[in-house]
Amino acid sequence: MSATQVRGTVVSRTPVGDYHHLVIEAQGVAASARPGHFVALAVGGPDSGMLLRRAFSIYRTSTTGRYGDTVEIVFAAHGKGTRWMADLAPGDPIDVVGPVGRPFALPKEPVSCVLVGGGYGSAPMFALARALRDRGCAAHLVLGAATTPRLFGVLEANKVATSVHVTTEDGSTGIRGRVTDVLASLVDDTDAAVVYACGPMGMLRAVADVAEDNGAWSQCAVEESMACGIGVCMTCVLPVEGEDGIVRMVRSCVEGPVFRGDRVRWDAVGTIPAGTLGGPR
Amino acid sequence: MTAVGGAAISPAEVDLSVDLCGVSLPNPVMTASGCAAAGRELDQFFDVAELGAIVTKSIMLNPRSGRPTPRMVETPSGMLNSIGLQGPGIDAFLARDLPWLVSRGARAVVSIAGDKPADYVELARRVGQAPGVAAIEVNISCPNVENRGLVFACDADSSYRVVEEVRPHIPRDIPVFAKLTPDVTDISSIAGAVADAGADGVTVINTLLGIAMDPDTLAPRLGGVTGGLSGPAVRPVAVRAVWQIRKALPDLPIIGVGGIRTGFDALEFVLAGADAVQVGTVIFHDPSAPMRIVGELRDELAQRGISSLDKVRGAAHA
Repeated sequence: MSATQVRGTVVSRTPVGDYHHLVIEAQGVAASARPGHFVALAVGGPDSGMLLRRAFSIYRTSTTGRYGDTVEIVFAAHGKGTRWMADLAPGDPIDVVGPVGRPFALPKEPVSCVLVGGGYGSAPMFALARALRDRGCAAHLVLGAATTPRLFGVLEANKVATSVHVTTEDGSTGIRGRVTDVLASLVDDTDAAVVYACGPMGMLRAVADVAEDNGAWSQCAVEESMACGIGVCMTCVLPVEGEDGIVRMVRSCVEGPVFRGDRVRWDAVGTIPAGTLGGPR
Repeated sequence: MTAVGGAAISPAEVDLSVDLCGVSLPNPVMTASGCAAAGRELDQFFDVAELGAIVTKSIMLNPRSGRPTPRMVETPSGMLNSIGLQGPGIDAFLARDLPWLVSRGARAVVSIAGDKPADYVELARRVGQAPGVAAIEVNISCPNVENRGLVFACDADSSYRVVEEVRPHIPRDIPVFAKLTPDVTDISSIAGAVADAGADGVTVINTLLGIAMDPDTLAPRLGGVTGGLSGPAVRPVAVRAVWQIRKALPDLPIIGVGGIRTGFDALEFVLAGADAVQVGTVIFHDPSAPMRIVGELRDELAQRGISSLDKVRGAAHA
């Protein structure tokens, strides 16, 4: 797979709850994008003092709309770069690199799958649910957030998923609690073979544990801060165990963002665990 | 100061080629070490064989995991990084990364880094024997474990010693550049020391050491505490370093690096006396930047009626 750099144009930016839904016309990015791929956006305009790219999971793509190729993302304006993005208006230019990363691996057999999205981490799950159902898999979707405005895509979930389960920590929508409170029984009830997840690191770790305890594979899309998004800066690394049993610091941008949950050393993220290849002796 | 050039010429009339210590480059623009991995990822965005050279990420003898995350902090027009020289080690580099770069037709400048002088010697011997190496850059901005962790490049004697030990193990036709840190009192004296030790030239500057604090934890934000500052924020420091070295050592080949974002930025370094330039941090912002800057540099010269770099190199010293 090859990433493209393209000068995109904002088609629309719409507030959705506590988030923003951004549609960008970006020729050449949509056609090869798969669920789990991301885009790396330059923020702040052509003379920006913010040099680092911001990475976002692709929510949706289209190659057939009136604007040509479009790519869509969902983001929260929680930093200087995303606050700049929250002021984008139709027609504004924005530089896009994508699609980047390794997408979610899809099962070869028509098995049952559970998809978990935390906050705006649900963004890639809708296209993933469609892709799974296209190949005969059941796609049970769990959406969770702290509060209702931080849920993304509940209505769309009802259209694309085999079943939908919503949790909020304040109990304002769905079941009061966290996604992991409903996950184990759902994996069990649906006899799920694969659990897909995207969201905060703590959630991914918990989801990977539940999947493993229930005999399911997990595919987790991690969120590590990146400088380049294309594999050259080495900032977005995390400890991952390879098939050979050796832990390496691997780049989440090009070797991820999707990892098998049982391969990531969640307990050691932010450290160099003992025994890591090339680690301190 | 005397104005250079005259009426505008066509960009096609501008000759950007450079002879760097006997190595012919089609243009003076290279990637900076640590900002381009070993070139493969950037080949998606431009033809790595068209750029002046690809400088690979500093390679060490053994695989190295690097430092814990967070490894970077964005700063105004720059960034701090604390990668800790993560890399696959020389065996994997020579088996996999270098052959790819050479087979693509790129001019490969291999950056080497060590914990002690003997590491540099072994790396120089291995890289010097590998086919297709255009030049070697010796990254001496590393802590010397045999000298209380003092960074080689911060001390003229340590810098001299590394280069003096390395040079005999590298064939004469492969030029050796020492990459210097700006975190010194007098960078010209360090440049003089490595030149005396047999370096064919210098690359200036490496990053400046910095620290950033986290507003939530009130602790340093980088896992490694200190990091290297790079990006356009450091460019005037880098241009100054090139200017000072050129003034002190009129004949020493200099590769200028630090915060280059545009063709004019590159021209600034040439005016200060650089023979070639490297593009680093801006690659993270714009992966097409190296070849974009080649085009912009060509345009900057054409607009001013300057037909070759020889006509403006060091012009700031006139």
